[in-house]
Amino acid sequence: MAHGPAKGISRWLFTTNHKDIGTLYLWFSFLMFLLGGFFAMVVRAELFQPGMQLIKPEFFNQMTTMHGLVMVFGAIMPAFVGLANWMIPMMIGAPDMALPRMNNLSFWILPFAFAILVATLFMEGGGPNFGWTFYAPLSTTYAPDTVNYFIFAVHIMGASSIMGSINIIATIMNMRAPGMTYMKMPLFVWTWLITAFLLVAVMPVLAGAVTMMLMDINFGTSFFNAAGGGDPVLFQHVFWFFGHPEVYIIILPAFGVVSQIIPTFSRKPLFGYSSMVYATAAIAFLSFVVWAHHMFTVGMPIAGELYFMYATMLIAVPTGVKVFNWITTMYRGALTFETPMLFSIAFVILFTFGGFTGLMLSVAAADIQYHDTYFVVAHFHYVMVAGAVFSGTAAVYYWLPKWCGKMYNETMGKIQFWIAFIAFNITFMPQHFLGLAGMPRRYADYGLQFADWNMVSSIGAFMYGGAQLLFLFNVVRTITHGQPVSDAKVWEGADGLEWLVATPAPYHTFIKPPVISAGVEGPEWRVDAPAPAMAFKTAPEAG
Amino acid sequence: MSKRARALFCSPLTTAILTAAAGGVSASTDGGMGNLNMVRGVTEVSQVAYDVHMLMMWICTVIGVVVFGFMFYVMYAHRKSRGVEAANFHEHLGVEIAWTVVPALILIFMAIPATSALLKVYDTDNADIDIKVTGYQWKWQYEYLGEGVKYMSELRTSLDEVYGREPKGEHYLREVTEPLVIPVNKKVRFLITGNDVIHSWWVPDFGVKRDAVPGLFTAAWARVNTPGMYVGECTELCGIGHAFMPVVVEVKSEEDYSVWLADKKEQAAVYASTVGKQWSPQELIEKGQQVYMRSCAGCHQPDGNGIAGVFPAVNGSAIVNGPIDGHIGILINGVAGSAMQSFADQLSEVDLAAVIHYKRNAWDNAVGDVVQPIDILNFKNAQ
Ligand code: HEC
Ligand code: HEM
Ligand SMILES: [Cu+2]
Ligand SMILES: [Cu+2]
Repeated sequence: MAHGPAKGISRWLFTTNHKDIGTLYLWFSFLMFLLGGFFAMVVRAELFQPGMQLIKPEFFNQMTTMHGLVMVFGAIMPAFVGLANWMIPMMIGAPDMALPRMNNLSFWILPFAFAILVATLFMEGGGPNFGWTFYAPLSTTYAPDTVNYFIFAVHIMGASSIMGSINIIATIMNMRAPGMTYMKMPLFVWTWLITAFLLVAVMPVLAGAVTMMLMDINFGTSFFNAAGGGDPVLFQHVFWFFGHPEVYIIILPAFGVVSQIIPTFSRKPLFGYSSMVYATAAIAFLSFVVWAHHMFTVGMPIAGELYFMYATMLIAVPTGVKVFNWITTMYRGALTFETPMLFSIAFVILFTFGGFTGLMLSVAAADIQYHDTYFVVAHFHYVMVAGAVFSGTAAVYYWLPKWCGKMYNETMGKIQFWIAFIAFNITFMPQHFLGLAGMPRRYADYGLQFADWNMVSSIGAFMYGGAQLLFLFNVVRTITHGQPVSDAKVWEGADGLEWLVATPAPYHTFIKPPVISAGVEGPEWRVDAPAPAMAFKTAPEAG
Repeated sequence: MSKRARALFCSPLTTAILTAAAGGVSASTDGGMGNLNMVRGVTEVSQVAYDVHMLMMWICTVIGVVVFGFMFYVMYAHRKSRGVEAANFHEHLGVEIAWTVVPALILIFMAIPATSALLKVYDTDNADIDIKVTGYQWKWQYEYLGEGVKYMSELRTSLDEVYGREPKGEHYLREVTEPLVIPVNKKVRFLITGNDVIHSWWVPDFGVKRDAVPGLFTAAWARVNTPGMYVGECTELCGIGHAFMPVVVEVKSEEDYSVWLADKKEQAAVYASTVGKQWSPQELIEKGQQVYMRSCAGCHQPDGNGIAGVFPAVNGSAIVNGPIDGHIGILINGVAGSAMQSFADQLSEVDLAAVIHYKRNAWDNAVGDVVQPIDILNFKNAQ
């Protein structure tokens, strides 16, 4: 086994190193983020004014669909898998992921999945045009032929996610350092463990849904075809049985990131560690039993509507516990506001705002008015952009010095934060008004009464897009020209095993496991001999 | 002009209130900056929806002010730059129980009005009038059950307005060929279904939004207390024309409604007699072009060239230029398993004859024969 990274491109193609694979995931997801962002810019440019100016409705539908698919499956999910790869072994004192070759495979099939997906845009019939939720029969009987490529791409993404999560579960269950009991694991590890179980449980359901589509389209079955005795509503049940846990797959690791960052910059341990763990588990459990809150207008029997309404409202309880814990962590701390902390605080505020609108949406009688309008679009962008994307950005700023041994430019980071924060709100706050005033989502064109707020929203979107370029610039600039940091801890208030290894983190860490004190519970834990910082520096490489 | 403003103008009762309302309405006449909230609407259902919406919004606002207020206080008071020392506590069972139990109680408090509002939505029994609403790509069909009245309602805004070749009218995308007409103060039940893909029939002022799912009928209801014009939308992505199939409902006084309905029935009778009439090629071309632009151009495109890979060209198509029976057949029966639906129920014999004749003689097509409504009728009867 090589002691350091291989040279040239083969380092990246054949790597089994968790840090390399983490890096690949992160860059890939950023590329997808820019691509999905570009699609969003096309959408917002067309919606800048009423009327069709730049593109035709058929291309508009492809843009909204591809935006959603690329952002959810290409940007957000791989970004957190990348963070998991980088951080989980370092946080639990493991030398690498449990299944390193599968790790390589689960990354390298992803670019193919997205190449196939994006290639459909250039094929006859165009790309998927049925929304990221691809309701049948629009996505079956009425879809362009390229839907088959879409199905294949979704299968590959699913396989990648399942392999990635099995790997994460295996790593966390088997590779924790001696003394790293479950209730000592950093919250990021906990949230990922639970997320990985969610993924393993629901990705096969998604695979089932697209396989049924494939059968309907090509082999004459009628799962979703009413004319053949099937039921289009069945598709929605199957999709949302995957889809609602999916939104928590997206947000739970983000909760984990924020739970690492807020204590660091509050210089105070995380408040309510064990209640955070239980709340995460409760959210994960509830996420399986609320799916039909996306279907309040489909005409379910009233008993079903009532049940799904009550169950959905319940999610607010564990979610509230999390928010209260974060704020109480800050309470009586010694706060500083570096870029990762700014993004985390914005996360708490804006995510909570999205939770409020979620609570409103859960009231079925009101949801009849909100459903499939811009109000829903605003809701999920508050939780997914200000939630997942903000926390991902915070994570990159927070761990970047550890990864590459260089400090990012704080001023530029703060400027990026403020542009992103303001632009985000300019983009999405007005979408609440648009939705309440009656503008449906996925509309290529709209009546004149919606003109003003759409223009405001588009302007905000362009600004937000610009802020991402600044982010890219800041990261690249850090890697090439950043101030070197050598302090293992990097941040004054940082706590955890990853801050005990040298900065930048060496290619192999924890070849000899650290030993963690028994008898200390929760976020308060100590590392006993051998001091891990020594362990990997002096120990001979394994193998 | 906002839809509520239109509702006011169209109602004979409200001329008096008009001047008073003008002040409030004018804020929302232009680009709609002033439209911030949900409409309260004109039915019980829309009003209970509005009430729970407002209740939830206020509860969330209060919680938000308290939580964020505390958070901003912490961010101000416990900054390191003020020289504070960090405390080290990280647990407190009491507060943790409190902030689990209190939100749960608030939720129970919310669930009560939420439940009673939902019961209202589902109260579809004892309707005075039943109307079947069918979603088509991309228009609505309204059928007055038991009355023998049935018609399509499509967007009236021209493509020229959409593509900026003409200025946009004040009712841009909010005008249809023929609105749904219902009487005031009667309980109307809508039986909603879809013909091809899923659509969703929404009238915000009625608080009615129901997915139009092929193969499924679901019921919603409205008893409207104010006559007027009410505009809604399709809210389930249904393809290219999703944004271009508005819902417009005209609520008339009971007398006006009866007159209208009688009129509709008579029209149907008169129409039956025109089927036998011989149309001149010129008349057919003119009518056919209108029908084509309205019902076919969305897929096959105004120039007849379709969209490669999705909708075939009708310009130069072998079927269009081929034997007449094949051409009629495709319109009457559609093509199973494709977006090409059957138009037998959507278009009249006259419209079908006209659009077929038009296509056979437009663009590069020059078949030259003449198709009459009676041919369509004969074809239908022969099947
Ligand atoms: C919702 C989209 C849609 C609308 C609206 C539509 N069509 Fe079609 N049409 C199609 C599709 C898709 C096909 C191809 C069917 C197949 O063979 O699979 C088609 C096929 C045809 C064909 C056969 C063309 C060929 O060469 O195969 C004719 C003729 C035709 N349509 C006429 C019409 C007319 C006339 C109208 C208006 C009354 C109309 N269509 C409206 C989608 C549509
Ligand atoms: C308090 C917690 C939450 C509640 C009660 C809640 C509730 C809801 C409800 C009822 C809907 C359906 C609205 C409709 O279509 O009419 C919805 C939509 C949605 N929510 Fe949430 N939500 C919550 C948190 C989240 C989180 C954390 C995420 C993701 C990070 C999320 C992502 C979404 C998405 C993507 C949709 C729209 C899906 C679509 O139709 O395309 N939500 N939410
Ligand atoms: Cu959900
Ligand atoms: Cu639609």
